[in-house]
Amino acid sequence: MAAAIAPVSRGFLQRYAIVILAVVLLAVLPLSLDIFRLGLAAKYLSLAFCAVGIVLIWGYGGILSLGQGVFFGLGSYMMAMFLKLESTGADTSAQALSSFFGSNLPDFMVWNSVEQLPWWWEPFHHVWFTIPAILILPPVVAFVLSYLNFRRRIGDVYFSIITLAFSAILAIVIIGQQGVTGGVNGITDFRTFMGINLDPDNVKIAMYYITCVLLLVCVLIGTFILRSRLGKVLVAIRDREDRVRFSGYDPALFKAFIFAVAALFSSIGGAMFTLQVGLASPSLVGITPSIEMVIYAAVGGRLSLVGAVYGAMLVGAAKTFFSENFVEFWLYLIGGLFIVIVMFLPHGLAGLLDKLPGAKRHRLAALPGPEPDAAGQAAGERPAARLAGEVGGGK
Amino acid sequence: MSENILSVEDLTVSFDGFRAVDSLNFYVEKDELRCVIGPNGAGKTTLLDMICGKTRPTGGSIRFKRFDLTDMLEYQITRVGVGRKFQNPSVYEDLTVFENLEISYPKRRGLMGSLFFKRDADLLAKIDEVSERIFLHEVLRHKAGQLSHGQKQWLEIGMLLMQDPELLLLDEPVAGMSAKEREQTASLLNAISKGRSIVVIEHDMAFVRMIAHKVTVLHQGRMLAEGTMDQVQADERVKDVYLGH
Ligand SMILES: Nc1ncnc2c1ncn2[C@@H]1O[C@H](COP(=O)(O)OP(=O)(O)OP(=O)(O)O)[C@@H](O)[C@H]1O
Ligand SMILES: [Mg+2]
Repeated sequence: MAAAIAPVSRGFLQRYAIVILAVVLLAVLPLSLDIFRLGLAAKYLSLAFCAVGIVLIWGYGGILSLGQGVFFGLGSYMMAMFLKLESTGADTSAQALSSFFGSNLPDFMVWNSVEQLPWWWEPFHHVWFTIPAILILPPVVAFVLSYLNFRRRIGDVYFSIITLAFSAILAIVIIGQQGVTGGVNGITDFRTFMGINLDPDNVKIAMYYITCVLLLVCVLIGTFILRSRLGKVLVAIRDREDRVRFSGYDPALFKAFIFAVAALFSSIGGAMFTLQVGLASPSLVGITPSIEMVIYAAVGGRLSLVGAVYGAMLVGAAKTFFSENFVEFWLYLIGGLFIVIVMFLPHGLAGLLDKLPGAKRHRLAALPGPEPDAAGQAAGERPAARLAGEVGGGK
Repeated sequence: MSENILSVEDLTVSFDGFRAVDSLNFYVEKDELRCVIGPNGAGKTTLLDMICGKTRPTGGSIRFKRFDLTDMLEYQITRVGVGRKFQNPSVYEDLTVFENLEISYPKRRGLMGSLFFKRDADLLAKIDEVSERIFLHEVLRHKAGQLSHGQKQWLEIGMLLMQDPELLLLDEPVAGMSAKEREQTASLLNAISKGRSIVVIEHDMAFVRMIAHKVTVLHQGRMLAEGTMDQVQADERVKDVYLGH
């Protein structure tokens, strides 16, 4: 668990944290959980993609998005449309139905007397369309919409409310357009993905590993961004957006970019969720799930990419436990948890570890920057002079 | 007589009918170090705000070199070579002194440029030189938030030097500094004024005397007087509103 402090400490500890996370995800969990529990873990990990994105936009960009469910939902539904069309085509009873109706439609459309596949469903017959769409569409939507808002310099609180409205609207549209979206039941009942049966245990385990690897890649991309100059600019924008303009940067562009990256992560998470849980549902699009995603990040520590993954798993596990046992308390509990974290543990679990005796102290909000190592400083050298000499020597 | 690098003409801004700057003409020559003085509320900060794009003028024009600044955005104005230091020192407190300077380096300020930015020898040499100049070489690794008020002022000047602007706008650069720090800053400004134009707003007359070639006095959004320090101090109107009291 020392892992979670990584993004607030430096150098090898940073890499170490990701390695520990990799070991936990790729070895510890698969070895210690049965296939049912591993399936649950896969579900929480799909949501962890959103939490990792929220660390980037909220922790470092200072933009609280209450609409990550939208992008999770887009990824989830696009994958579901592909799976549904594939299952419908392969299913003998569906074929019987389709020969009866003279069309090859997903079951819920037939039940809703939809007579023709909507045009926007058509391209999802093809995997070569679906996967690029999952990777491109949500970030592009996120970039364009947020850039227009950020350019107009609307306040951060207003932006949060706009994202909140978006997640509410998308959920309402999905529920309202039952005939083409599956409505409140969502889209479910898939069998295969590109001919691979999704049911057998070994396929599930493989999916779990793919999810973990993708999640680790997202954490690494996030780390790369935060360590780059762009990451520094982002922190500068978070703390003093007005000043950044006078350093010659366009803050709207940077904020929209990081928002798009978070949308990409969420969309991938949504697609993996649908593949593994076998469902795309409006209950994962709306306001409540979007806020829960923020709570994952807050619990893990909003400055810790790695912490967000632990946060998602812990809160997810707690949610499963409580909704199995005391359904009605869950909402109060998660609300209370959020308040406690915000008031007493603003840096989440990652911050808690830092309070342990002997833990390396860090200055709040330190970045995992490309710090020249501290060795030169310790030796009493003048860092910049040393650096200049070092790099200059290579000329 | 050398050419004007900055020409402000007939500049006006009104806030709900109150004219903070009123039909002001103001010219700065190339390589000049100009001081702007005036009582509180004279419109000095507002003037700089309009030059650097922070406040939109209601009327008039601002030309910098061949650019019309009135319809450019802040970051574009910065990119064509205008640097601004604010009245309250504005540095990035969560970043180190080094990172504050690095972020101000005027290369690759686009999205992809900053994502794949690599430190090179030029950058490090420049940070080396600038941090030396602003007396912060020993604290490069410290968070800017830990600096004293005076050091933050220096850091902000350093951030401007990294940008290498042709026109520097400094709003009260020695506020909160000790006498010794003021002297250091005066020699700093004298040194960096070589090869660029600087506009300094300051209340401290002793400091103005140390650096000024030419002084502009603002009062109620208008220009009251302009000339050498001695000429300005001898002016009866100036005495009335400002210096005599
Ligand atoms: N955004 C604004 N809205 C309304 N009034 C403003 C605004 N900005 C400045 N003013 C007013 O314009 C006048 C000039 O302000 P300005 O800050 O330019 O003065 P200054 O000469 O810099 O004074 P000081 O020496 O105190 O810094 C003041 O009366 C101020 O209240
Ligand atoms: Mg002022």
